[in-house]
Amino acid sequence: MTNVLVCVKRVVDSSGEVVLTEDGQSVDGKFAGYTMSNHEECAVELAVQATAATGGTATVLTLGEPEAVEQLRAALAVGCTAAVHVEADAGAFGPSDVAREIAAVVKEHEAAGRPHDLVLLGNDAADSGDFQVGIRLAYELGRPVVNGAARVTVEDGHVVAGVEAPTGYETYRVPLPAVVTVLEGGVEPRYPTVPGRMKAKKVEVETRSPATEPRGAKRVRLLLPPPQPSSVQILGKGADAAPAVVDLLEQLGVTR
Amino acid sequence: MILVLVETDASGADEVSRETITFARNLSAAGGGVPIDAVVIGDLPVPAESLTDQLASYGVRDVHHVTGDAFSAYGGASWASAVVSVRETTGSVVVTAGGTPRGMEVLAHLAARKGVAMAANVVSFGGLSPFTVTRQVVGGAVLEEMVLDERPAVFTVAGHAVEASPAEARGDGRLVSVNPEVDTADLVARVVSSDPPAADLSGGLKSARVVVGAGRGAGGANKFDDLLELTSLLDGELGVSRVVTSLGWRPHHEQIGQTGSRISPDLYVACGISGAIQHWAGCSSAKTILAINTDAEAPMVSKAHYAVIGDLHEVVPAINEEIKRRRG
Ligand SMILES: Cc1cc2nc3c(=O)[nH]c(=O)nc-3n(C[C@H](O)[C@H](O)[C@H](O)COP(=O)(O)OP(=O)(O)OC[C@H]3O[C@@H](n4cnc5c(N)ncnc54)[C@H](O)[C@@H]3O)c2cc1C
Ligand SMILES: Nc1ncnc2c1ncn2[C@@H]1O[C@H](COP(=O)(O)O)[C@@H](O)[C@H]1O
Repeated sequence: MTNVLVCVKRVVDSSGEVVLTEDGQSVDGKFAGYTMSNHEECAVELAVQATAATGGTATVLTLGEPEAVEQLRAALAVGCTAAVHVEADAGAFGPSDVAREIAAVVKEHEAAGRPHDLVLLGNDAADSGDFQVGIRLAYELGRPVVNGAARVTVEDGHVVAGVEAPTGYETYRVPLPAVVTVLEGGVEPRYPTVPGRMKAKKVEVETRSPATEPRGAKRVRLLLPPPQPSSVQILGKGADAAPAVVDLLEQLGVTR
Repeated sequence: MILVLVETDASGADEVSRETITFARNLSAAGGGVPIDAVVIGDLPVPAESLTDQLASYGVRDVHHVTGDAFSAYGGASWASAVVSVRETTGSVVVTAGGTPRGMEVLAHLAARKGVAMAANVVSFGGLSPFTVTRQVVGGAVLEEMVLDERPAVFTVAGHAVEASPAEARGDGRLVSVNPEVDTADLVARVVSSDPPAADLSGGLKSARVVVGAGRGAGGANKFDDLLELTSLLDGELGVSRVVTSLGWRPHHEQIGQTGSRISPDLYVACGISGAIQHWAGCSSAKTILAINTDAEAPMVSKAHYAVIGDLHEVVPAINEEIKRRRG
């Protein structure tokens, strides 16, 4: 039986145009809406699969504003069984602050007889992209950590993690308890079902305040890259553009 | 002193590592010529002398080569412990690496061990006092200015943010072999087995005159026939976005971008690629870019020289037919 904790972050959906808040300290989500990163969606899926295979609990955790409960519900709707909400302004927390807060929850749950043998996180958050919370967490907990795994399974007290590295497909086998950060691509996150959503609504979220004062991020400010003037020439629409394209290819001398 | 973690491939120091050293030379100059040392870990793919010679041409003083059984297999913690030990003996005030999976991982371990901040994906250096860097956040859509006021200052340099170029003045390139002790706890999470990657054929991509690019818009692993036909009609190479490699549609060596190859063809035909900044980092040197995209607002379309708005599975076959028709 493996109890898994999976950490997700509420982030502004940045697939469209990105707008900054007036103070230049964060991305404005008023119009774009919120989501979690693909890596974290895969981590949730892996957490659910690992607990289904071993019969444990899958707890989802977030540190964020009250509205971040939406991301917790999304994870509950696809199979997580419990949720922890550290209510705080995530923007005021640097990566080591977040790691310390997650560690505080893990230690407290462990003391209360609810250990999290495996903690899954995303490889990097979709907004701050710090690439480090999972690793810092491992040091807070004194646990081994595998970074950037696409596949994660649990077998006889070990986590087996597969990393799609430029140097090949690399496998790690690490004794539990452990920390693993997840890179998208190894599993397909499932869609929530209607009964899943209903069940998610009924789960009582453990809401808590941060354990310590954050030291904060080292941010001075955010900037948008200057817009590039476009000088694109549209050759046409659909298949009808083919002659114009081939004219261009001939003009460039690339059609032999 | 500035310490650069160097990763290697069949060419010696890999391209992103050479870019990182090039970046470090700016810091060095701002600091009045502080020396740059390199640390390289484990078995080398090239003779040590050719690596030190290459690094000397980039202005590197000492090359600390970490050897020993503990480093026969990769592990983030064991590599970081080695970098920490080299940083202690050299007293480096800056430790940097490329923004690669290993560069990020090892420096995050190092930062956690030293209790200092780490800035990921830095693209420019703002000044020494305070030590300020600008880095990519929000998938590259936003830049963050960050102050690294602790020592060592730890950061990774985003791939292809600068172009790798040898130094005006050669460094010593002295080989220093080190064999640091490793704590057994740091050996727990190490690679236990690895399947070699598909043969690295990215050389052809990097030097191709024509590259046909494919992104998520291709729609599936079995939907590359038209794109491959166009590639062959133009005597070019196929390149793809990270989404395509992450989804397993095509092998990693075909990836273009910050964490893939940097190309500089005469023509890049970007099909079904949105043009995220990380992709752009790999293709911006193309002389001419033709984008094929259903979305007239896609960044790739506005950055391109030419564009066709439409479904690539209609446009590309029509182009193929037109080429074949004109050839008769
Ligand atoms: C640290 C980091 C490193 C990264 N490194 C890289 C890298 O090296 N290389 C890289 O590419 N990305 C990299 N990325 C990812 C990058 O941010 C983007 O997510 C990725 O490039 C998007 O790939 P895409 O354009 O294929 O997909 P999408 O962004 O989903 O775009 C698909 C495009 O296809 C168009 N389209 C859809 N259907 C069709 C159709 N039938 N015909 C024509 N057009 C169609 C859509 O309009 C859209 O513009 C990195 C990200 C991070 C955070
Ligand atoms: N505020 C947060 N709440 C919960 N998990 C977080 C938070 N911030 C970061 N994480 C986790 O840490 C991972 C890496 O984040 P980062 O190091 O900030 O790029 C993310 O993918 C999440 O899984």
